[in-house]
Amino acid sequence: MAKRAIPEVNAGSMADIAFLLLIFFLVTTTIETDSGINRKLPPAEDQVDPPIIKQKNIFQVVVNKNGQLLVEEQPMELKDLREAAMKFLDNGGGTGTDACSYCKGAKDPESSDNPTKAIISLQNDRETKYGTYIAVQNELVAAYNDLRNRYTLAKYPNANMNYVQMQEEYDDPQTEENVKDRLKKMLDDIKEAYPQKLSEAEPNKTN
Amino acid sequence: MAKFTKKKKGELPPVSTASLPDIVFMLLFFFMTVTTMKDSELKVINELPYADQVQKLDKKDRIIYIYAGKPHERYRATYGSAAKVQLNDQLRDVKDVGAYILEERAGRRPEIQNVLTTALKVDKETNMGLISDIKQQLRDVNALKINYTTRVGEASQN
Repeated sequence: MAKRAIPEVNAGSMADIAFLLLIFFLVTTTIETDSGINRKLPPAEDQVDPPIIKQKNIFQVVVNKNGQLLVEEQPMELKDLREAAMKFLDNGGGTGTDACSYCKGAKDPESSDNPTKAIISLQNDRETKYGTYIAVQNELVAAYNDLRNRYTLAKYPNANMNYVQMQEEYDDPQTEENVKDRLKKMLDDIKEAYPQKLSEAEPNKTN
Repeated sequence: MAKFTKKKKGELPPVSTASLPDIVFMLLFFFMTVTTMKDSELKVINELPYADQVQKLDKKDRIIYIYAGKPHERYRATYGSAAKVQLNDQLRDVKDVGAYILEERAGRRPEIQNVLTTALKVDKETNMGLISDIKQQLRDVNALKINYTTRVGEASQN
């Protein structure tokens, strides 16, 4: 004891340095989670008797190999697609049993009867770029999401969240079961009001 | 008794390294928890497109990944420059997708075998023809839940 002349350096601040590093890494790094657009493919077996769909209930979107859009036989810019799709889906032109009580559209008899009947048909060329295709898909999904958000806020004002937030909470594995059950009921209702009927035709092989 | 103050001037005390292991361990644990293991090396160019209407993917054990795109430069000599499908860590033809899905599905736990999602990680420059062929294969083996994996951002950047 007596021989040790030099006292040790105070290492108390090491902890502070370590915490500093920890916080630095926590702030700067992002934990990567995969995300994307979920889709459901139609089953392989062809329907023997395809149901007859009125032409006015189909919203046709064609993407050519140069990434140009043809919507209902009119050329269109990508940025206008969301609005056009919403206008079509929310039209609610039907009467009687096809009437739509929650639609706020123009009720044009030439456009879709009811969101539950309206179908968006997306056709692309074999040489269309995947990026363009995703951009179009994204806009169409956005149109559905916007309508569902609006419906949710009108019908479930007490939930204090819109459709996208609800779906996110439902998908979160940390959400408790009873909350999930409650959310599922609301989500099913929303999805019934505005079902996502997005048909992807086989790509055009000829041109 | 004890002599606390026996300083010699002008001599540097040794720096204590007692807490160094703690710091190293902390860093180690940090990286262990935060990083995810890369299970297969990418052999295709894989620049994902952007989208903003995205949903998070399910748990990792319920996902089958399919990569597609043009082969990297160093594989061009053997595989050519046309867009290819990468399954696990091999570049394959589109017609092998169905068999791969069945094989992967059989390898998963029985209770999750029918809730599997196929994540398509496709380069944004790929032609849709290839993706349609993949989708056709998926329909044939009844793997209908798919996810177009994207990066989060404005879709107009594509």
